[in-house]
Amino acid sequence: MASVQPDGEPRIGVYICHCGVNIASKVDTESARDFAGGLPGVVLSRDYKFMCSDPGQEMIREDIREHGINRVVVASCSPLMHERTFRNACIAAGLNPFYFQMANIREQVSWVTVDRAEASAKAKALIAAAVRRVARARALEKKRVPVHGDVVVVGGGIAGIHAALTLAEAGKHVYLVEREPTIGGHMAQFDKTFPTLDCAACILTPKMSEVGAHPNITLWTYSEVDAVSGFTGNFRVTVRRKARYVDESTCVGCQECVEACVLRKDKVQVPDEFNVGLSKRKAVYLPFPQATPACVVIDPNACLQLMKGKCAQTCVDACERLSIDFEQEDEVVEVECGAIILATGYKTFDAHRTPEYGYGRYDNVYTSLEVERLVNASGPTGGEVKLRDGSAPERVGIIHCVGSRDRKHNAYCSKVCCMYSLKLAHLIKERTGAEVFNFYIDMRTPGKGYEEFYDRLLEEGMQVVRGRVAEVTDWAMTDAEKGKLVIRAEDTLIGTARRIPVDMVVLSVGLEPHADAEDVRRRFNISCSTEGWFLERHPKLAPVSTFTDGVWVAGCCQGPKDIPETVAQAGAAAGEALALIDRGHVEIEPNTAWIDAEACSGCKTCIPLCPFSAISRNEELGVAEINEALCKGCGTCVAACPSGAAQQNLFTDEEIFEEIEGALSYA
Amino acid sequence: MERPGCRMNTLTVDRRIKFQEELNPEFGREIAVTPGGENLARCIQCGTCSSTCPMSIYMDHTPRSIIAMTRAGFEDEVLSSNTIWLCASCYACTVQCPKEIKITDVMYALKQRAIAKKAYPRRFAIPVLAREFFKVVQRTGRSNEGRTSAWMMLKTKPLRILRNASLGLKLLRRGRLSMKTERMPEGIDQMRTMLADVEKWERRAS
Amino acid sequence: MEYLYYPGCSLHAAGKGYDESLLAVFRALGVPLRELDGWNCCGATAYMSVDELKAFALAARNLALAEQECKSRDVCLVAPCSACYLVLTKVQHRLNEYDQIRRPIVEALRNAGLTYHGDIRVRHPLDVLVNDVGVEKVCEGVTAPLEGLKVACYYGCQVVRPYASFDDQYDPTTMDELLRAVGAEVVDWPLKARCCGGTLTGTVEEVGQRLSYILLKEAKERGADAIATCCPLCQFNLECYQTQIARRFGNGIGMPVAYFTQLLGRAMGIGDRELGLHRSFVPLEVSAV
Repeated sequence: MASVQPDGEPRIGVYICHCGVNIASKVDTESARDFAGGLPGVVLSRDYKFMCSDPGQEMIREDIREHGINRVVVASCSPLMHERTFRNACIAAGLNPFYFQMANIREQVSWVTVDRAEASAKAKALIAAAVRRVARARALEKKRVPVHGDVVVVGGGIAGIHAALTLAEAGKHVYLVEREPTIGGHMAQFDKTFPTLDCAACILTPKMSEVGAHPNITLWTYSEVDAVSGFTGNFRVTVRRKARYVDESTCVGCQECVEACVLRKDKVQVPDEFNVGLSKRKAVYLPFPQATPACVVIDPNACLQLMKGKCAQTCVDACERLSIDFEQEDEVVEVECGAIILATGYKTFDAHRTPEYGYGRYDNVYTSLEVERLVNASGPTGGEVKLRDGSAPERVGIIHCVGSRDRKHNAYCSKVCCMYSLKLAHLIKERTGAEVFNFYIDMRTPGKGYEEFYDRLLEEGMQVVRGRVAEVTDWAMTDAEKGKLVIRAEDTLIGTARRIPVDMVVLSVGLEPHADAEDVRRRFNISCSTEGWFLERHPKLAPVSTFTDGVWVAGCCQGPKDIPETVAQAGAAAGEALALIDRGHVEIEPNTAWIDAEACSGCKTCIPLCPFSAISRNEELGVAEINEALCKGCGTCVAACPSGAAQQNLFTDEEIFEEIEGALSYA
Repeated sequence: MERPGCRMNTLTVDRRIKFQEELNPEFGREIAVTPGGENLARCIQCGTCSSTCPMSIYMDHTPRSIIAMTRAGFEDEVLSSNTIWLCASCYACTVQCPKEIKITDVMYALKQRAIAKKAYPRRFAIPVLAREFFKVVQRTGRSNEGRTSAWMMLKTKPLRILRNASLGLKLLRRGRLSMKTERMPEGIDQMRTMLADVEKWERRAS
Repeated sequence: MEYLYYPGCSLHAAGKGYDESLLAVFRALGVPLRELDGWNCCGATAYMSVDELKAFALAARNLALAEQECKSRDVCLVAPCSACYLVLTKVQHRLNEYDQIRRPIVEALRNAGLTYHGDIRVRHPLDVLVNDVGVEKVCEGVTAPLEGLKVACYYGCQVVRPYASFDDQYDPTTMDELLRAVGAEVVDWPLKARCCGGTLTGTVEEVGQRLSYILLKEAKERGADAIATCCPLCQFNLECYQTQIARRFGNGIGMPVAYFTQLLGRAMGIGDRELGLHRSFVPLEVSAV
């Protein structure tokens, strides 16, 4: 790439964008243009409606060619939007792109300032700052760094599984890291899925098997990511493989050990997480029959041997393959990868937070997830929908919007609850013949086949009452209500208060981010929205990428959604990650630091400070030296250096001071 | 909706349609700016308020309906409903509303406007009681249940006095009723000055 | 901590028993309650229905008086009547949140020679007993535990809603805790905070009295010998209208309804007359204790 070498003097071209009315309606662009024209070093100053358009860019190119412009300032939108556009325009005209400086007078001025005069003054200050800075710019070259070909997918639910398989099929090596002892996520807990009433396990488990068997996927379950370092294309991920106390390579999941475990009595067993606490399990267990990998795990908080060191260890005796190892420890592994996909999913709203519905107070108030396990043939009741006393319900009430659309809890709509409530209504009716009532505010059925599903449920005789339920009570007003749970609601469509006694109440709880979502997002250096979901780069145009290059999100960790949308996002994230990996390289901003050997006194302050160990001491010369390949441009050494010998490309002292002076000069 | 106990010997035909020009959208906006009425616009008509309100089964328009009507500008219907009077300020609706609308405060705002416009039957006990209460406190600084109730009964249904005679006597005998109003030992003038000040402010504001 | 006492109009009339028993119990526990000098009616619900700003002025005057009367910053205004408790708390919130209320009220107070800083804490006796005095101390003063008395605690509305500062909105338990501590058997029931009808019992009898009837009926159904209350209007509705309710709904309940302070006083060995129990309509003797 031939660069126009300046022969001494900077010849600055300033371009003020109107951005239609976005900037021009607040900032006096003509006055700004005239002002810029009078600044030292500025040879020409123009204003134009849309600088990012072809004619706009051509204007810059032509001025470089015809008028010898060798420094360019564009005052327009955020560099995140168009820095690359204008840098490319410079390159096309033969000018080094780092002789270009952008002043943001849209996001930082016109969009956030009310008064026109104030806005114009601020714009001028930013332009002056940019002009003075660019006069001190130096020609730099972008670095190209190769991209590592592996991908780490965090979370083994349907999103993680689909993303991992897509990447593996493309020939990439994938590490699938899942916190639970098995992959499958929440989908593995469902019985049927809406709107097709497909059996969740039937469609999920083949994919789970594929993951387990795929040569390109390294499946690490019962593992968590402890730390992440690096940058796009070159990440280093530290994974902690928690001790199962079982050798995964030899265990075949025969479960003889589970049978033999001494914790036989109900009161010493612990609540089974997979069955949402509706049943108990022993210390050693297989989460569910199709768990992948098919390997048991020992819970250190329930196992007598691990807690007290005293047990008959009948499990060890029962294991023919000698897989049990109480000495096993957590294993910490470090892997390198080029891309990371987060697919960590959600948790359900805790219904204890809405005590008015009686969850935890009345026996037969269940959450939707609990009922999913009840209707599931491999669940705690073998697929029978039963009350706590074992009898079948004759009438069931499903209450929508529990913890959702509620400013006291979560203001957002959890998107899937209307559909899963209809699904549960169908399944409950099918199993028990009970009369089912749905209490809703709106029936949200927008997906493909969803409205038809609603139709089907209505035709099956499901009852609907449009009225949000305020409370569930056991106070009976009539004899027919005695011994029942009474749901009182206003039937807003018919226009009357109603009291409906039911045997069982199902709370359609909403979706929430995991409790540790904030910790996880910090670890991966991405952001969360106000509700706590991982933040996408753009809600419409970039729903799976994040503001951190190289890290994608997919599925419910980004916000509540159904399975089709989850799978679509997983494919999208995999595709975008593939684009990065197949491109094979990333271009790095040339913002590395260097040491001016003449100014360096050899005090060694900078050396231990470098987080990337990029600085070493040249014993011969007695000065510090920076390895450019390792330097990430964090600026720590530059700030620490007492003599100012450490300096940073793109952020030299003179550039920064000139920028400050420029901003302050026009106050 | 037919109310139980209402007998119709002939089939009556009603015509119910509301033309936009008959409504007063300003009314809704006015209520929305009163303290406590701010979130009125957010109402999604979920019906939680009506669901929890113990009085809603007696109201001609449920609390939810009143909010919808207020927002749309059905001023006359809202101010002449029995809803606002049957509201006992139990606040169950306010604490349950998923949009955090202070429904009880909206009811107070409506009560105040109904009283100001005298939009209630002259002998309806609840607003009459409120006004009697108001008068006694203005005058003495304390309230007097016996006196207030007695005047209310006289002005609405004097027969009530007979019905409540034995209750009154029982209270009197147990020292729980005094027809003589307890007076503030001191400070009544200060209180009156304050109320007069507020009155001036209100007149200036309107 | 200084405790100023705001009885409110009801406690000097129909709710006299509450006033008497509250003072007796606090005296026995060594918690001095000093009546606020020159207090005026808080306005309750009736005043606010007519003129909101004047209602706030009335209530604010009491808060300003309390501020004036106490030199220390650590002062509480104890308001036993639920309506007073609510109105006083509400006006504090309003003055804080709304400029259009704060300005005229503060000006009116100033012209009357009073200032308002908003540091007074408005508290209910249940709050003071459970959180300041402590259940253990109350226990220590018990000489005649209420063994065998099954009591349903009734909180009513305005003590727990909308400002649930010292107890849970959906399932309040402070009164339960206190009465359990003095030996009573507390009956759990779902209607403990459901409206008793308020002033509707006297104006729209069918509506108001039915609400009270529902409470009496359910308490009896759950096996309660007595109902304990913390609001003078609730007590009045539940106790004094029992004859009219019996006639109206064809079902006489005959349930004693006492103030929780009267029950605490009994357990502490204080005499019935001192506790105002001679003013009851349905004597507590009917039941076990």
